[in-house]
Amino acid sequence: MEYLIHILILISIFSILGITLDLVVGYTGQLAINQSVFYGIGAYSTAILATTFEINFFWTIIFGILLSATVSFLVGIILNRFSGDIYALVSFGFAIIMHAVFLNWQTLTNGPLGISGIGRPEIFGFVFSENLFFLFLSIFFLFVVYFLCKILVNSSFGRALKVVREDELVSQIFGYKPVNYKLVIFIISSSLASISGALFASYVSFIDPSSFILLESIFILTIIIVGGISNIRGAILGAIILIFLPEAIRFIDLPADIAAQSRQIIYGILLLVMMYFRPKGFLGKFRI
Amino acid sequence: MENSNITMQSEKISKSFGGIKAVNNLDIKFYSGKILGLVGPNGSGKTTLVNLLTGVYTIDSGKIKIGDSFFSKILPNKILFYGITRTFQKIRLIEQISVLENIAMVVAKKDIISAIFENNKKFNLNKSKEILKKVGLLEKQNEAAENLSYGQRKLLEIGRVLATNSEIYFFDEPFAGLSPKMREIISEIILELKDQGKTIILIEHDMEIIKNLSDKIFVLAEGKKLKYGKPEEVLSDMEVKKAYLG
Ligand SMILES: Nc1ncnc2c1ncn2[C@@H]1O[C@H](COP(=O)(O)OP(=O)(O)OP(=O)(O)O)[C@@H](O)[C@H]1O
Ligand SMILES: [Mg+2]
Repeated sequence: MEYLIHILILISIFSILGITLDLVVGYTGQLAINQSVFYGIGAYSTAILATTFEINFFWTIIFGILLSATVSFLVGIILNRFSGDIYALVSFGFAIIMHAVFLNWQTLTNGPLGISGIGRPEIFGFVFSENLFFLFLSIFFLFVVYFLCKILVNSSFGRALKVVREDELVSQIFGYKPVNYKLVIFIISSSLASISGALFASYVSFIDPSSFILLESIFILTIIIVGGISNIRGAILGAIILIFLPEAIRFIDLPADIAAQSRQIIYGILLLVMMYFRPKGFLGKFRI
Repeated sequence: MENSNITMQSEKISKSFGGIKAVNNLDIKFYSGKILGLVGPNGSGKTTLVNLLTGVYTIDSGKIKIGDSFFSKILPNKILFYGITRTFQKIRLIEQISVLENIAMVVAKKDIISAIFENNKKFNLNKSKEILKKVGLLEKQNEAAENLSYGQRKLLEIGRVLATNSEIYFFDEPFAGLSPKMREIISEIILELKDQGKTIILIEHDMEIIKNLSDKIFVLAEGKKLKYGKPEEVLSDMEVKKAYLG
């Protein structure tokens, strides 16, 4: 039971990452491979503020959101200058750079040694120390993010994103400013993504830069490709599949050296299968 | 020319692609409440001219005057604000959203705050439906645009420009490949716009349609003016005939 709760907490956290990434990848067609950055910013905000300054978890979330908003605003301006494959590469580079920041800004992040002793969330004297309660809290945040994003993509704003995604020129001819739309959705996506980092830091109580590497960004991207791009429910499905599947494999008797690699193999195969059956999703190209 | 003003004009605008001068030092004027038939053989620069005047291409040289303002550069996301709209010869709808949304995205306010908070959603949807009714696509409102027939797609493009409520309309071959009934709908819409005092530029290869609708005809050949005048004058001109026959 405890094990299932653990898995479900991870699924909630990665669902938040997937849903928010889909706002950018699915709704603007830009292949952003940097979700680990805002996951990390959220996690480090909570870790540092909670341990060094003993600030309440819920305030650290707000700080993480504001910091992510600021960083994504600045980075978004740069990313917006690119499109297609180059965009993907630049966002890729951004993820690598930010990992280096987490690793090397030792006075702030304690570098490779990481930060330990991060407490569980507390509100009105109630501490979410039981994993079951922490799961409820994670699901609560997942729902908040889910509904915010749902409202957003179903609004005129979401429609405008689809217009921009399909035909920037037409969007301009009819009065839209694509760069503004792309920047705002990137900021919203990144800000909300940081919530998952806060949850993660508080849940595992110890973080180090290895959780916020480029590979993590690719994993999150895989989640939405598997789940189905441009459909925020798909992100949750993707998280369920990608987190459950390797766990299920564990119960099959495999030689240890193969079992260790199985996660990567499964992701690789899944990605290939998805690219074959849903190439439109992966390439992010839409008919002109 | 009573009650008719120049609403837009070009002054010596040019555009080259590699060695080809698609538009060559062209002066052209558009008047409110008039339909200007813009004709010329294939490749004579009609679409390029529209692209230059709507900011799709940058002009190599020359100036564009809109109202009383001169521009040497026009941004595509400004033209709606200047009161200009256009259709595309090669249809460009937003394929993966519904027919209704293709109109609603034009009717709605474009700034991000209004978009997020859905200001006037109901009003916008009703207005969009009125427009769909006008172009005969109301029953198709929930269909994805990509599922429409060719003719319906052309009509949706017409609906889209109607939704802008602009002053200047560029129609790039709106009748091409349409049934007589659909042509009738579009003719009526264009004449109605004219009655409202709008400026209309109509590109069309069918001389019968051009003769019936245009107040004046402007003939382009190799990016330059070949002839300009009343339909009967221009169409009986030997040079024009020759240009068309090659
Ligand atoms: N984007 C472009 N790149 C290169 N050449 C172009 C481009 N657009 C137009 N041209 C060239 O410019 C010339 C004028 O083309 P344009 O499309 O304006 O003609 P048109 O009068 O609209 O023809 P049609 O009646 O066939 O639509 C042609 O020689 C065409 O090949
Ligand atoms: Mg043309």
